[in-house]
Amino acid sequence: MQGTGAVFKREFQGYFATPVAYVFICIFLFCTGIFTFYVGNFFARGQADLKAFFTFHPWLYLFLIPAISMRLWAEERKSGTIELLMSLPVSLAGVVLGKFLAAWLFTGVALVLTFPMWITVAYLGDPDHGVILAGYIGSFFMAGGYLAIGACMSALTRNQVIAFVLSVVVCFLFTVSGAPIVLDFFAGWAPQILVEAIASFSFLRHFNAITEGVIDLRDVVFFVSLIALWLFANAIAVEMRKAG
Amino acid sequence: MSLLEIRGLSKRFGPITAVDNVSFKVDQGEVLGFLGPNGAGKSTTMKMIAGFISPSAGGVSVLGEDVAEAPLKTKAAIGYLPEGAPTYPDMTPRGFLEFVADARGLKGPERKARIDYAVEHVDIGHVLDQSIDTLSKGYKRRVGLAQAILHDPPVLILDEPTDGLDPNQKHEVRELIRRMAPGKAIVISTHILEEVEAVCTRAIVIARGRLLAEGHPVEGGWQLGEHFAEPGRLDAVFRAITMGAPSSAQEAA
Repeated sequence: MQGTGAVFKREFQGYFATPVAYVFICIFLFCTGIFTFYVGNFFARGQADLKAFFTFHPWLYLFLIPAISMRLWAEERKSGTIELLMSLPVSLAGVVLGKFLAAWLFTGVALVLTFPMWITVAYLGDPDHGVILAGYIGSFFMAGGYLAIGACMSALTRNQVIAFVLSVVVCFLFTVSGAPIVLDFFAGWAPQILVEAIASFSFLRHFNAITEGVIDLRDVVFFVSLIALWLFANAIAVEMRKAG
Repeated sequence: MSLLEIRGLSKRFGPITAVDNVSFKVDQGEVLGFLGPNGAGKSTTMKMIAGFISPSAGGVSVLGEDVAEAPLKTKAAIGYLPEGAPTYPDMTPRGFLEFVADARGLKGPERKARIDYAVEHVDIGHVLDQSIDTLSKGYKRRVGLAQAILHDPPVLILDEPTDGLDPNQKHEVRELIRRMAPGKAIVISTHILEEVEAVCTRAIVIARGRLLAEGHPVEGGWQLGEHFAEPGRLDAVFRAITMGAPSSAQEAA
């Protein structure tokens, strides 16, 4: 697609041209460490797996991913560079995709840098490496889901704080949509099929399914189609709000 | 065939008509001064030419191609300097120009040659590896200009190219425009009337979205609509034209 490559390259290099990348990666690694060892009781569990590590990923992403995605479009709109960008011979879909892929690869880099966890567990015991790999793949796809939501929210406003707050709220709803906090709201009046449908949007449900070690095609399709849907909404939001 | 043709262009934002049925043509070798008070609809018109926003009515052709039908083709033929010359502050001018070259599909030796050409023309060689954030306003503007002329476009749309520059910098930018003029169709918007006399071969005046007058240099001055202005006296004529303009907003009410 026209412009995807150029935008991807600029965005990805952009993370490392500013302190954003280093701050994000440090905080991410620090938090995963804290959660795994203190909150997740990695040692006390006495099991050679990374369950304690992966369990907290949705909750970490809930706040860290919107911090990455909030600037994607809001910053361009605020500084007026969106006008420059969209008057280049690039397609809107190409730009949307380029920005998303750069951010996704960046979170992938942060995720890969947690490899000492894997080494630790491999050193201490005899883990099922297939399950751990599945956990990483699931976590990466889930990060993509959060990012796509965040990118769309960022396209709705020129204010990064608003983009952040909106993203956290929407991401939270998708995270817990299988939990009573959301389902109770619908259970009283909505038809059962709708309640089931809402529950099936839960990131937790799909992510947990993958971290069990079974990469079910349905879970992957869920995240991929969710990403596609939100990026489509992202493109519409950019198109509609361009003039404002 | 005109390189740039605008036909009955209109843009409405809700109840406000920002641009109201504007038509004009620009041929090769022409530098068209696009004049009007602030808020007259100059930038909106230029955004529509650049393909950033779409018109409510009317159309724009660049090299015979319609902006709405073949946006990638027309965007490839246009060099556009948006109002305020936005650039990415975290990048260096080199990185920024390389990004624009990539987005415009330039490759290999041609890419390098075009970047060198643009850098040389706006004279930013010595700040190429400094972050744009740290550059002065004049240099930021030059980086924006470099981006616009990078692909040697046949049509140049420059929205207030000299706004906020000091007199020396203004002079340089005007020199640059004059140098590039023969092979291109150039539109510059401005509310500085000395600029019109300095670089333009033709001028149009708009106010409240409407085209009010067209003008060109004549023997001993400028003819702008029905008014004649001696050198340096365009201001008075401009005021006479724009202050007496009927308000399209009032008519709509």
